[in-house]
Amino acid sequence: MTSISHTVATALQFACKQVPWAAVRYSRESTTQRVVRNDVPQTNDTSTDEGAMCEVLLDGHFGYAATADLSAAGLQEAFSRAIETTRASSARKAHAFAARQRPAVSGSYRSARTRDLDTTGLAEIMDCLLAATAAMKGADTLVNRMAHAMLVQTQLDYFTSAGAQTSQSFDMVSLNLSATAAQGSESQTRSWSRTGQWGGEVFAREATVQQAQRIAAEALALLGAPNCPSSPMDLVLMPDQMMLQIHESIGHPLELDRILGDERNYAGWSFVQPEDFGRLRYGSELMNVSFDPTRSHEFASYAYDDGGNPATKEMLIEGGILKRGLGALESQERSGIPGVANFRSASWNRAPIDRMANINLEPGTSSLQELIGKVERGILMHTNRSWSIDDYRNKFQFGCEYAQLIEDGRLGAVVRNPNYRGITVDFWNCLAGVGRDDEAHGTPYCGKGEPNQVIRVGHASPPCLFRGVEVFGGQA
Amino acid sequence: MSTQGFSQAVAAHFDQLCVLLFDNLHSGEDLSANLAAEETLFLRLNNNRVRQNTDVRQSMLALRYQGGGRTVDQTLTLSSHLVHDGAAVLAALARCRSEAAVLPPDPFQVAMDNHGRSHEEFVGQLLAPEPLLQAIVGPADGCDMVGFYAGGTVVRANRNSKGQSHWFASDNFFFDYSLYDGPKAVKGVYSAAVWNPADWAANLQRSKGALALLQRPVQNIRPGAYRTYLAPAAFSDLVGMMGWGALSGAAWKQGRSPFKKLAEKELRLSPLLSINENFGMGLAPRFNELGEVAPECLPLISEGALANLLVSSRSAKEYGLQANGASGGESPRALDVAPGTLGASEVLAALGTGLYLSNLHYLNWSDPVSARVTGMTRYACFWVEGGEMVGPINNLRWDESLYDALGSQLLALGSQAEISPETGTYGQRNPGGVRAPGALIEGFNFTL
Repeated sequence: MTSISHTVATALQFACKQVPWAAVRYSRESTTQRVVRNDVPQTNDTSTDEGAMCEVLLDGHFGYAATADLSAAGLQEAFSRAIETTRASSARKAHAFAARQRPAVSGSYRSARTRDLDTTGLAEIMDCLLAATAAMKGADTLVNRMAHAMLVQTQLDYFTSAGAQTSQSFDMVSLNLSATAAQGSESQTRSWSRTGQWGGEVFAREATVQQAQRIAAEALALLGAPNCPSSPMDLVLMPDQMMLQIHESIGHPLELDRILGDERNYAGWSFVQPEDFGRLRYGSELMNVSFDPTRSHEFASYAYDDGGNPATKEMLIEGGILKRGLGALESQERSGIPGVANFRSASWNRAPIDRMANINLEPGTSSLQELIGKVERGILMHTNRSWSIDDYRNKFQFGCEYAQLIEDGRLGAVVRNPNYRGITVDFWNCLAGVGRDDEAHGTPYCGKGEPNQVIRVGHASPPCLFRGVEVFGGQA
Repeated sequence: MSTQGFSQAVAAHFDQLCVLLFDNLHSGEDLSANLAAEETLFLRLNNNRVRQNTDVRQSMLALRYQGGGRTVDQTLTLSSHLVHDGAAVLAALARCRSEAAVLPPDPFQVAMDNHGRSHEEFVGQLLAPEPLLQAIVGPADGCDMVGFYAGGTVVRANRNSKGQSHWFASDNFFFDYSLYDGPKAVKGVYSAAVWNPADWAANLQRSKGALALLQRPVQNIRPGAYRTYLAPAAFSDLVGMMGWGALSGAAWKQGRSPFKKLAEKELRLSPLLSINENFGMGLAPRFNELGEVAPECLPLISEGALANLLVSSRSAKEYGLQANGASGGESPRALDVAPGTLGASEVLAALGTGLYLSNLHYLNWSDPVSARVTGMTRYACFWVEGGEMVGPINNLRWDESLYDALGSQLLALGSQAEISPETGTYGQRNPGGVRAPGALIEGFNFTL
């Protein structure tokens, strides 16, 4: 437990003279961004964000005040603000809650990693990034070669007046490479990333250089490739696009706060109705989707959510049937729908809401070659580049960086500007094959909530085959 | 603490830290300090009841260090205690030096300069939580209103070791809300520096009126190309896509700009379209993170032709362009679309038969090379026949090139531009906004 615990205890005693329950969530996060573009250092930026969210329960209503003043007086002042605003709000509260929505648990968590980020030197990181952009060098048409590393270290401690004390420590890395090839009015970008709870082991020079060379070659290939054809066809999505497909068309619509209407003014509502749980055929029988914050190295692995609820793996969809929602204890109390431990905040200055964590499509039994072999006429797509979906999470349109046509069970020509569109439940019911080998991807930039919050999510998936999808290309 | 008290306390603390930092610089070193501070009350409503209330006080100090041709940035949260924060900023300065000793030189470093001084303060009058809640929800009694209030003081400041100093502080609020009737909804925003009950009542009444129109029979519109009117909020979103790389000088040079064909005069947009970066609207500070002061009004698109891309000093140095006070991201901070001649009372007649869209949702480039954007319709969107609103539509996906929609297919712009205030609160409240009229467009493509 960090040195703040004594100050927190004093502040909690202060708060509990006025309210029956109080908590402090302390967060310290260091984020370092290093960017090399065209062999030149462009960004070397470290941000250290430290503060505390003081939380009270008053007349059945949870309310919050945030401060970066971590002295006893600072926390007490924040508690006074929280109490004033919560007192004003509680008469018009949306729901009456109780302290049982904040379990009194104790425990700790630490990210799995081979080498601490603390021991990974700047020179080593720069060497890896410089080597990557150098490896993309070649044709004059490769106009933009970029290597970006984001290193995040987070300490997250939660204390409640009921005795809960959790301490979680995270090391996270996002290593991203991109190569843009341009000629005339045409331009194509290919990228690669490795993202998750890792340490310094991510900065493996030779492996990174190999990926850099591959994406540079693929960007050049795209520049000379024909446009993606437009017609219904079978579609194989690789794990780095399945990530986005899962995120937008499974993760968000299953969030219980969306189903309960909290997000209707911003991110939107959901086509999923409360009575759909246990009944709705979301997809084909091959579809099994889990909420799994226990998987090592995924971006959103943790032991406790920001309300202190212990995090466990739960199945959201089994055999294509919707079973469980993405809702924390408050949403479970409001809706009566089974949920998960996903009460999460972006930082010390935001209140927790229902978020995704790691939402994974469970592996099937087919090799990638077997999936491709099932396709008479189709396309295989890699790596998301465009995403859009409606506010009920029905009508989506996604675009990818790179695709290859499939004819008679074999991969063929590269095509550029591949896109596809569909409607969520119809699309997932066209799932006709699930690969056996999954990969974990993720993003640090999932936006939601009012006030807005951006949060890290992980999505592991094998390649998947969908039948009869509307596929189209760019403007000729 | 009063709003002015917060601003004054932040100013004094910022000054003390800057003096401490500049006094500790070595020969050949320079440092700039950017402050982003706020005290904000956030209220989140669902069904006209409070879902969450959060009161936030925060100050973030971003330091940029230059020494030996290297640049290092360090950002830290301030506690407001001088002893604590003084030690923290000096430690950050030491980290800058140690990193600069390892980094290779940056050939495109923009040396710090004194870009002058400025001071802007906009004082408002904000309500305390209890009367505020009564003021918001009282007139909406009986409505299924989902909304988000964010109000308080926002500060942006910049100083550097060359003597430059800028200050911007503003007390203001917005209440961004949706009125629902079953699955159908209307969007509204009320934004000001002083809560005026009559203004809020009028704003809410307009939304209630629009909600009543949604009671008409729902129209199932098949995908296809339709004559379409984008109301100001919808058109703001469409032109707002230009902030996603289209108007960036660096993006153009790096092959990433969807307006490459416009920049290279291969294509042009409609002569009806003129767009400025206009700080005269008072929505955002004119100084950027380097303290450079942008022109009060910079033409971006003039009668359909590209007038200027947004060019930061770094891009100017790297690509031999002319810098124009743009921020490092080279996105517009105060986009202003010039109005046209189509009067509000003439819109439905001019549309005739087609789609009236109040709002768009989830826009993204679908084919950057052809400046093609996809998105959804959202909120109060109607099928119109013979100049009469027939009924609301089920939401449609659209996919359309800006070269077409803002080119030969742009028929008219509204005579009255409206401000869509910035409501983004990722990490912090963001000043800014877009001013745009509505737009009448022929053959807008709907795909799903």
